[in-house]
Amino acid sequence: MTAPLLKAQNLSIQFGGLKAVDDVSFEVWPHEVFSLIGPNGAGKTTIFNIISSLYKPTAGRVIFEGEAISHLAPYEIARLGIARTFQNIELFEHATVLQNLLVGRHCQRHSSWWQDLLFTPRVRRTELQFRRHAEEVIEFLDLQHYRDSMVVSLPYGVRKVVELGRALAMRPKLLLLDEPSSGLNVEETEEMGFWIEDIKNDLGITVIMVEHDMSLVSRVSDRVLALNQGEVLTLGTAAEVQAHPGVIEAYLGGVDDLPPNPLPTERGAQAHPGGGGVT
Amino acid sequence: MRFNFTTRYEQDLKLFRHAGQMFWYGLLVLALLLAPLVFSEYFISQLVFIWIYSVVGLGLMLLVGFTGQVSLGHAAFLAMGAYTEAYLQARGWPFVLSITSAAVVSGLTGVVVGLPALRVKGIYLAIATLSFGFIVEEAVTRADSITGGSSGITLGGLEIFGLQIDSETRFYYVSLVVLVLCILGVMNLMRSPTGRAFVAIRDSEISAQSMGIHLARYKTIAFALSAALTGIAGALYAHKLRFLSPEQFTILQSIEMLIMIVIGGLGSIYGAIFGAAFWILAQQFIVAAKDWLPPAIGQQTGLQPTIFGIFLVAFVLFEPLGLYGLWLKIRTFLEIFPFYRKGMFKRQKSYLKSERLK
Repeated sequence: MTAPLLKAQNLSIQFGGLKAVDDVSFEVWPHEVFSLIGPNGAGKTTIFNIISSLYKPTAGRVIFEGEAISHLAPYEIARLGIARTFQNIELFEHATVLQNLLVGRHCQRHSSWWQDLLFTPRVRRTELQFRRHAEEVIEFLDLQHYRDSMVVSLPYGVRKVVELGRALAMRPKLLLLDEPSSGLNVEETEEMGFWIEDIKNDLGITVIMVEHDMSLVSRVSDRVLALNQGEVLTLGTAAEVQAHPGVIEAYLGGVDDLPPNPLPTERGAQAHPGGGGVT
Repeated sequence: MRFNFTTRYEQDLKLFRHAGQMFWYGLLVLALLLAPLVFSEYFISQLVFIWIYSVVGLGLMLLVGFTGQVSLGHAAFLAMGAYTEAYLQARGWPFVLSITSAAVVSGLTGVVVGLPALRVKGIYLAIATLSFGFIVEEAVTRADSITGGSSGITLGGLEIFGLQIDSETRFYYVSLVVLVLCILGVMNLMRSPTGRAFVAIRDSEISAQSMGIHLARYKTIAFALSAALTGIAGALYAHKLRFLSPEQFTILQSIEMLIMIVIGGLGSIYGAIFGAAFWILAQQFIVAAKDWLPPAIGQQTGLQPTIFGIFLVAFVLFEPLGLYGLWLKIRTFLEIFPFYRKGMFKRQKSYLKSERLK
């Protein structure tokens, strides 16, 4: 471990009067699974959107492999080797699973449109290469059965895996998973856990994950960052974070809120755990 | 029922997936080559219109069906192609060069029109392209030194490599060759990264850019290529009609072209060609039907738009994939005869209990 892969320095973002993320800093080291947790509206997905440059931070910056990246366009972020999935699945629905995975290889293309128009030998060569890369992902995630199915016709659980596959097809250095288990049943969530472990151990990809399912978080994460209302609550292992009084308070409301104590607290119990993040 | 046993990745890159396909398309090409020997000159002339509108359909399909950008101004690109061809031909340019120039001029205009597409979406883009259509229509009327203004312009005879294209049959072959080349180009595009990027933009812009697709660039390419194809069709159109005037390129034509590909089936190359064939043949049919329909219906003004409107509504309601969707069903029926079931093409949507309602 020499240098952090990704560094968030004093990130803040403001939407009108709302401070969605307020002075958040953290470092992600290579080959770790780093989880962001927090109640709804804590700013987890917003941080993802800042990293993938869909939002520009009002203050602070994101540093990836020693370079500031916040000023880049979203498509340039992908070229650096940062892949992501989305909370509500953003697949190319009217295309096959294979085509979806091949889009993941887009950054590695060398041909221009007129070469594609003529389908020159060079395009053919890269296509074959891309296909091999896509097949590796298909094998890794056991998607053989769905290779030529249209995404529209797939069940939700499989789509979730296909989206993970599409991100992996990019062969990223850093993978951002936005609620990988949302909408999955218990078995599928467990399977997702295995895959995240394999991604980290076998493929050596660093993972940042937003997740509500604490069993999944505890199982796969090396470190966990807890957020509430855009601010950092605590950072540590899953067990440490879960035991942290601030986290318990953020999720369940503080002990102070209980009837015997009339004093109101600053952070109310406005959120519930595992709410599925309708943000 | 045919099972394709794939053993090499190359197999999936082939234009023809199996020998059967090659046989049937071979037969089709043969039939088309021999058609002028069998059919009357009038029918051949209608086939030429089908080829020309197929090229237009391909262009529009690339933009609307594959990239998901709407355009209500495509008649303007047709006009750009047609007038460029007329202008250059009058100055003695050889056909191959002038039709290429028509594609380039039209394509470059497409880039310019594509610029607002980078900023606006949906209905706003439709309005932007619509106004572009009006601008070109107006410009064509005003620039009488090039276009002959509203009195129109006449084209001379066509000559390719010293061969006079003076008969309907000869021009039939010319436009067929152009169409086949255009189809091959679009097929190539759609099996390569550029085509996949188009489809990605159509289905989800946000994840397309997260995959590293430069939205602005690919939308511009889509507009340019779509316009270029339409420009090529325009050049053929100019030679087919031998006379150009501004009222051939109105907003109505743009809308008709859009309806054409919707009826054909959005999102497939077949759709573009089926749509064009339907369009031309149905027009002929309506003209013929006027004679034996009771005069109260047959002589109504606006009979043709009404009928096409009804077709459009029917397709949108019952067969959203258009004629291509119908074709898929018929083909499947034949392929797996007698095992076709009624609801086979019903969208197979499987839910998990935990899936959220949208």
